[in-house]
Amino acid sequence: MSDATSMKTPMKRVRGLGSAKTGTDHFWTQRLTAAATMLLALALVVVLVSTVGKDAVAARAVLAQPLVAVLLLLFIVSGIAHMRIGMQVIIEDYVHEEGAKVIALGLNTFFSATIAVVCLFAVLKLSFGG
Amino acid sequence: MAHSKPPLHRPLSPHLQIYRPALTMIMSIVHRITGAALYFGTVILAVWLMTAATSASSFAVVHGFLGSWFGQLILIGYSWALLHHMFGGIRHFVWDTGRGFGADERHLFAVLTLVGSVLSTGLIWVVVYSVR
Repeated sequence: MSDATSMKTPMKRVRGLGSAKTGTDHFWTQRLTAAATMLLALALVVVLVSTVGKDAVAARAVLAQPLVAVLLLLFIVSGIAHMRIGMQVIIEDYVHEEGAKVIALGLNTFFSATIAVVCLFAVLKLSFGG
Repeated sequence: MAHSKPPLHRPLSPHLQIYRPALTMIMSIVHRITGAALYFGTVILAVWLMTAATSASSFAVVHGFLGSWFGQLILIGYSWALLHHMFGGIRHFVWDTGRGFGADERHLFAVLTLVGSVLSTGLIWVVVYSVR
């Protein structure tokens, strides 16, 4: 505590506790990924509907087409980045206990990363075969 | 850390339970709920893609489940959630420009979000059932 006789100014207590300089990062990323995910989802709806009624072999052939694969890869990256930030906001709104919040935020990243890698790997495998 | 004082127990602002439900408020809540549903629903996409990449037989099992009435119910719900979240997001894009904050506009957006999501979901599934 700084009292009248201390040499310490209030600055001492707040230094290093300021802005992380990334204040609008999530806001802007959320807007960009929203726009990208929306456009990609609309394109992929057409692709998905085109797999309706096809057997497994034909459906896999559609997913392996280069253009479809690229759209899927972009969709996965954009959509998962978007949903991770969205879930982080929900967690930060409702989980106030510090330990639980840290764990929830960690699990959010683990879940998002796992889903993303599984989806990306599957699409690449469908395209490159093996 | 600089927590020099114990936390004060100040009064918190009232939350959902104190307000009379309004359509704008419900659409806002639904935007968050559909977002969370889409989040966990990505497991379906991951399983679908992974089995497609693994073997024709495992893919056929997932395809069969998604084709059952229960699977179709999930997919219809998921597509509605996606479209509702999308229309809600477009509404946010308008708000980001600083426009559309008037009472009438907010109500119009809420109605459009709901009507748009239901109609577009219906359209997609009419197409699906007519081509299959």
